[in-house]
Amino acid sequence: MLSIKDLHAEVEAKNILKGLNLEIREGEVHAIMGPNGSGKSTLGHVLSGRPGYEITQGNVEFLGKDLLDLDTEERAHLGLFLAFQYPVEIPGVSNMEFLKASVDAVRESQGASAYDTVSFTRRAREACAAVDLDQGFLKRGVNEGFSGGEKKRNELMQMMLLEPRLCILDETDSGLDIDALQVVANGVNAMRSESRSFLLVTHYQRLLDYIEPDFVHVLAGGRIIKSGEKSLALELEAKGYSWLDEGKVA
Amino acid sequence: MADLLTPQLNAETPVSDWLQARRLAGLAAWESSDLPTRKTEEWKYTSLFALQQPFMAASETAESAEEIGLELPQLEGSRLVFVNGFWREDLSDILPDAAIELVRFSEADPTQAALIVQHLGSVVTGNKHPFSALNDAVLADGVFFRILKGSKAACPIQLVWHNSHQADAAINSQRLLVLAEQHSEATVVEHFSGQGHSFTNGLSELILETGATLNHSRLHLESAEALHIGGLHAALERDATLNSFHVAFGGKLKRVDIVINHQGRGAHCQLDGMYLLRGQEHVDYHTCIEHAVPHCTTDETFRGIVGDKASAVFNGRIHIHPDAQKTRAELSNKNLLTSATAEVNTKPELEIYADDVRCAHGATVAQLDESMLHYLRTRGIPADEALVLLSYGFVNALVEKQRLDSLRGYLKPLLADYFGAALAVGSDDAAG
Repeated sequence: MLSIKDLHAEVEAKNILKGLNLEIREGEVHAIMGPNGSGKSTLGHVLSGRPGYEITQGNVEFLGKDLLDLDTEERAHLGLFLAFQYPVEIPGVSNMEFLKASVDAVRESQGASAYDTVSFTRRAREACAAVDLDQGFLKRGVNEGFSGGEKKRNELMQMMLLEPRLCILDETDSGLDIDALQVVANGVNAMRSESRSFLLVTHYQRLLDYIEPDFVHVLAGGRIIKSGEKSLALELEAKGYSWLDEGKVA
Repeated sequence: MADLLTPQLNAETPVSDWLQARRLAGLAAWESSDLPTRKTEEWKYTSLFALQQPFMAASETAESAEEIGLELPQLEGSRLVFVNGFWREDLSDILPDAAIELVRFSEADPTQAALIVQHLGSVVTGNKHPFSALNDAVLADGVFFRILKGSKAACPIQLVWHNSHQADAAINSQRLLVLAEQHSEATVVEHFSGQGHSFTNGLSELILETGATLNHSRLHLESAEALHIGGLHAALERDATLNSFHVAFGGKLKRVDIVINHQGRGAHCQLDGMYLLRGQEHVDYHTCIEHAVPHCTTDETFRGIVGDKASAVFNGRIHIHPDAQKTRAELSNKNLLTSATAEVNTKPELEIYADDVRCAHGATVAQLDESMLHYLRTRGIPADEALVLLSYGFVNALVEKQRLDSLRGYLKPLLADYFGAALAVGSDDAAG
């Protein structure tokens, strides 16, 4: 589904990703872990097409298309979703207006008809309840004045409504208490399917207690330096990241 | 100067003695003053060239609401409608409310007339508003809205001044006097709309006595060809609260002076406004907050979106007098330019003569936020639609602050239409 080959990217003329390779097949859940500054968030931004991130080498194929050749919205239309580490506040645009515009745009691109207001409102309410947010959040400005945890739940709500093929969660677990973490994990687990894949970018192993990954990768120095199964996450938790760096140097 | 007036003076309307006296005084003041020019500091960026033509006196019309394109918010309260400057009983609806008195000047009883004479012109000062003299000189009828001491008006009051094509090239005067007596509370919406290129000289005075609360909106929804010189002048006594909200959709020439006088300790003013311009429209908001006494607060936010070859002026003055210690005043003006030929002149003017005050101001002219744009695009919203949505949000954020549900419900679709946004507007209310 997603194939990243030898990806190099820089931000403000600084190399962040230095030859990253990653293969994600349909239905798989991958976790990327790594120390601060290793390029974890950059990967999400690059895949979403964020301005200011320049690809200097390599290629990315998503569902048979050259991802890097597509505009940000086209990537979304194709089924790519990035849950932001720091969701953006948009005062003056209500969550409901935003969600409807988003879902309409994605459905239109896929040749599906827009939901009528009544049925969309019902779906939005259901999604809201599923992430344990009060219905009042639908009326408020997008992420405006939301707490960190509320913003993350709001990201998850969008993900549920958009039904993407590949969900990238950029440190969605950071700043969450155990209850909120379980809400997010339950949401993700409920969405797992044979045709949908996940890329969990995280600093801590904790999230993986709730969402069991098929593969765990360690990102350091802009490259994936080790891959393994779920047990790798536990090993990282016990030993930290430094043993990998030493191994690389040696 | 006199050219503007001639037709008005020839119009022989019978008026009461007090009104006639007011007209003569206004006429004398107007004839002895000069029209402001671009060399007048307060008029530097706004030319009055469009007024240099003979204007006729507007005539009464019996056209239906449909014929004159009158579409009003459904605010569920009393409504006074004037078309081409003349009251239209058939379009108006005055509901009984023991908390208020709502009369036209021409219908005022002796007690009310005495109050009008006492208060009319007491807030506006000639040097702050040269066109007030002209308004006085041709004063034929106006609205007196009194909220009785300790009372709360049951419903919002809507005052509508609409011009039909029959008023093209005609001059109209609009006048409103609100007297909110001690510890009273009310909501009033001034609504200006119309079809053609008439010239409205509007003047509203708000008097808020001790502890009074007034929620006020002034909506300029006139045609792109309309001319409007307007003034809003308010006096706030001790612990009074004025929430005043302004909306302007374009117009060939639109100048609104807003002057708020904090005269009693503990008074508070929330002043919000937005202007949306395209084509060759021109809007000029001049606001002036006079902090004459201690412990008063002002929160002022104006936002504008200016496109095509339109031009906007915002001048926000906050004047803190030497005695006005413990003043807290904030002023923000943000502008979005959506074309290379659009123009904004924004100037915050803080004059502070007291030393124990908290004062902040900011004025920006910018593009839309890149990170917001990217966020929307990651959710599948195409760039052009995202820009529309963000423009809408930029000004709608001010609409959301307004207390009157029905007003928000009226303005949001209007904004969505303006930007051509296919929004789920209103469905958020359904979600509640």
